[in-house]
Order: sequence, then C-alpha cells, then structure tokens
Amino acid sequence: MDKNFAARRRRDLIIAAGLAGIAALAPLFVKDVYVQNILILTLMYAALSQSWNILSGYCGQISLGHALYFGIGAYTTELLFTKFGVLPWFSMLGGGVIAALIAMGLGYPFFRLRGHYFVIATIVIAEIGLLLFQNWEWAGAAMGITIPIRGDSWLKFQFLRTKLPYFYFALGLCCLAWFVTWWLEDSKWGFWWRAVKDNPEAAESLGVVVFNSKMGAAAVSAFLVAIGGAFYAQFLAYIDPESVMGFQFSLLMALPAVLGGIGTLWGPVLGAAILIPMTELTRSYIGGSGRGVDLIVYGTLIVLISLALPQGLVSLFSRSKAKGATR
Amino acid sequence: MGLLYGLIAVGLALIFGLMDVTNFAHGEFLMLAMYLSFFLFAFFAIDPLLSAPLVAAALFVFGAVIYLLIVRFAMRAKANAGMVQIFTTFGLAIVMRGLAQFFFTPDYRSIPQSWLGGKTISFAGIFLPEPQLVGALVSILAFAGLYFFIHRTDFGRAIEATREDPGAVALVGIDKNRVFAFGWGLGAALVGLAGAIMAVFFYIYPDVGASFALIAYVTVALGGFGSVFGAFAGGIIVGLVEAVTALVLPPSLKSVGIYAVYLLVVFIRPRGLFGSM
Repeated sequence: MDKNFAARRRRDLIIAAGLAGIAALAPLFVKDVYVQNILILTLMYAALSQSWNILSGYCGQISLGHALYFGIGAYTTELLFTKFGVLPWFSMLGGGVIAALIAMGLGYPFFRLRGHYFVIATIVIAEIGLLLFQNWEWAGAAMGITIPIRGDSWLKFQFLRTKLPYFYFALGLCCLAWFVTWWLEDSKWGFWWRAVKDNPEAAESLGVVVFNSKMGAAAVSAFLVAIGGAFYAQFLAYIDPESVMGFQFSLLMALPAVLGGIGTLWGPVLGAAILIPMTELTRSYIGGSGRGVDLIVYGTLIVLISLALPQGLVSLFSRSKAKGATR
Repeated sequence: MGLLYGLIAVGLALIFGLMDVTNFAHGEFLMLAMYLSFFLFAFFAIDPLLSAPLVAAALFVFGAVIYLLIVRFAMRAKANAGMVQIFTTFGLAIVMRGLAQFFFTPDYRSIPQSWLGGKTISFAGIFLPEPQLVGALVSILAFAGLYFFIHRTDFGRAIEATREDPGAVALVGIDKNRVFAFGWGLGAALVGLAGAIMAVFFYIYPDVGASFALIAYVTVALGGFGSVFGAFAGGIIVGLVEAVTALVLPPSLKSVGIYAVYLLVVFIRPRGLFGSM
C-alpha cells in the first residue's frame, strides 16, 4: 500500500510535468486570440479551484465566500499600483498575505460553526466585503478602478500587443497551486485535514489540533486565490466590486472542483478544462441573442453533470475508484 | 418589511430548515410566482390578491415536480451530497433565469393598478402601505399554519421523521419520496404566495429572485435550522435590523446590518436562535 501510494504520487508528478510541458507549447500552435483567451481563463480557474479545494475539498470546510479573497487580491494590487505606484509583483504578494491574514482572522470565530451555518457565514462575509467596496469612495466605489495602461512591460506586468505573458503566468499559477496541493497531500497537514474532514472528534482525540489545521488550510487557500485575483485584475485592466467579489464568483471557483471531483488532486484541473471552455463557447455562440439561451444550456449541463457524477469526473477513471475503495 | 422577508423565508424554512435540503433556486421560485401573477393580471385582469391561491397551487405542482424530477436524484448521492444539492439547484436556478429571459424578455414589468397597490392605511397617525400590511398578515397566517402542520398533523411529523432517519421511516411504511415531494410542493406554494403579494409592489424581472434569496437563507439560519418559530423570529429581526441600519447607514449598505447581526448571533449561538440541529 505504501509503495503503491508513493508510486502513484510519482506518476502524478510525471503526468503533471508532461501536461504542463504540452500546455507551455500550446501557444506555438494556437495563434487565435480568442482561443488564447479561453486557455488563459481555463488555467486561471483551474488554479483558483485548486486553491479552493485545499480548504473546502481536503479540509472539508465548504466556503462559498472565496470571492472575498479574490477581490482582496485584485484590489490590494490595483490600489497599491494606481495610488502609490507599487509594482504589481510586490503588491500581488502583499494582497496574498493580507488575504491570508484576513482568512485566519475570520477563521477564529468561523471555524466554530458547522454545516450550513458555516457555509452561510462565508457567503455573508463576502457579501459584506462586496457592499463595503461598493461604497468605498477612495477605492472607486461601484465604478471600480481602471488600470492605467503604460505600455508593454514585464516590470509592470502589463501587455497590450500580446496575451502570451498572461498565458504563461496563468500556467505558472496553475502549476504552483497543483504542486502545493500535491506536496500537501502527503504532508502531515494533508493527513490532518482529511482526518478533520472525516471525523473532527476522532481527529482531535488522536492529537490533531483541529482548529490550527483548519487555520492553515484557510491561509494557504486564501493566499493562492488572492494571487489569482491580482492576476485577473492585471489581465482585464479593469476591476469593479461586482465583477471580482460577486457571489457568482465564489460559486464559479467551487464549480470546477465539484464537477471534477472535490477533495482530489486532479479534480479541479479536469473540471476547469471542461467547464470553462464550455462556458465561454456557449456564451459566445448562442449567447449573442441576449435571450438567455446560453444560460439554459449551461445550467442544464451543470444539473446533468452533478446528477450523473456526484463524485466528479475523476470517478470515471476506474483506477482511482478501486484505490478509493481500499483506502 | 420584516414580515415580508419572513414570508419569503417560510417556504425555505420548510425545505431548507426542516427537510435539510439545500435549495439555491428558491429565489427563482419567487421570480416564477411573481411572473405568474403578473400574467394572470395582464391577460385575465385577475387581481394578484385573488390569483394568489392559483399561483400557490401552480407553484405547489411545480415544486413537487422539481423534487421528483431532479432533487430526488441529487439526494441519492452518497458522497458529498451537500455539494451535489447546492450545484444541481444552482444549475436549476440558472436554467430558470435563462428561460425567464427567453420567454419574458429581461424587461422590468410591474402591475400598474391593483386593489392594494399604492394605498395606505392610517393607524394612530402612522401611515402604513396596504400591500405590506396584507403581506405581513399573510405571513403570520402562513407561519401559524406551518407550525400547526408540522407539529399537529401526521404528515408534518412524517416530514420531520423522514429527515431524521429515512431508513426507519421506510420500515413503518412511509414513502420518503411522497413525503418530500409534498414538502417541496408546500414550500414552493408558500413562496408562491409571497410572490403573488410582492408582485403588487415590486418590479418583476428575471433576476429579481437573487436579491431576496440570500436574505431568506440568512433569515432561516438566524432563526436556527429545524425551527418554524425560529424562521418567523428571524424574519422579524431581519426586518427590524434593516430598518435600523437604514437610519444609520446609507441605503446601499442596509443589508450589511442584517449580515452583521447574523454573524454576531451564530458566534454566540452556533445553532441560531432557536435551532435544534
């Protein structure tokens, strides 16, 4: 069993490296800007969902308020950039640290809550954040912030003529989130989290400090999501509260992981690879009428997939199923 | 206004609070009810107050059908059933919004004149708008009815028992699907009632449900899951808190007060005010 586990982990790492290599070469063949755009969004959502999965999938604390951390990442970066001229590279990290601190600060009271009470608390706190930003004049209120364009520059992480740098950043972030998950899966923390998810009382009695391990998961998860938010802001060059902190966003972050397989290493990537292109294609091919046909198709697909594969697409791969049975 | 939230929440209190099934399409049920009463008014000139029972009956059928066609299967999931319920009903909400846009267009509609619309009653020098007053009255009746139904009738007890232990319930010969389909129907009928009354004084558009749904969840959770009286109390508190916040903070921030009170309550009492779960 131990040997199997180690072998599986090595295999996962090799597959990931292979996929990342193929993805890195993709822009050589894909010149179409529209397709590149979809690829960037897919990678970004894969990264976000992977980060969400750390807290909600592995540790079992279902959060539907991660838009808060995404928004904090986006706003910290852009406020520091537009008001104080801090380079996005630094402010991005700042945003991540702030988000992680907030996650831990909130975790202190939140992690006492269970089930629906916890989920609703996460929704509510993100909604408070949204309302506060919508009314915060200095931060642009509901109008948001338009990021001044100062030409192509790696230093300012701004590119007008090409989308390639964004693509590689998104790919890097996706790899980072995957690797962090991979690494944590086999660490002390990973085992603690699964124990906390399955049976907090039993975990506690065996010496797992349940509260601290939840805090750790929240901090890592929030940090990575905030970096994603910073990227998104630079990518769009425009942010407003609704588009980076809206409730829809929290759901969109969770959706790939749920469709792909919640609490699994490959679920979020797989889910994002199918869901995001599907979203974008239905929107652009049948959404033009403005009559909601894209919503009908998209919603129907979500219903069907979640009904047909409650354990996510990952469960289609029978090998992991057999392994899951013995675990 | 507080009892109005209570009215929207009462249906959810049954589905989400008592049956422990997440319904993220609750706001869309409300939207559907509002459109129904709008069209009954526009085509047949039936006043929303008269058509309310019709709308409630239609929603009853709709809710039961949705349960039998979709939710029943979502509840069957063995692993992470909660997430499956969240996302099937979320998908359903998106579909319903899409359908509303398709058939009804995204235009804002309203019922221009009705028996209640725009009228006020003066009571001891305070002017109260009639529609809200009727809404409050219906809300109290609905809560009293639900309370009676859950605690005094066999069917109500069957609903609670089924949530507690579906296996044991099957042993004594209760069909889980029949009980829950009825529960969903009843929950939908109650939100249908809310929609019919709100159609009188709110604009009707495909996304209208979203703005009320979150407050309805908060109302139910604030009162505590598993308690009809809790949801009623939650509704009143939410209404009062909103009114007080509106005095202190700008109107766009009025929901912040509600959310803050929810957080405060669950930090002190992690099961809500009157929750049993």
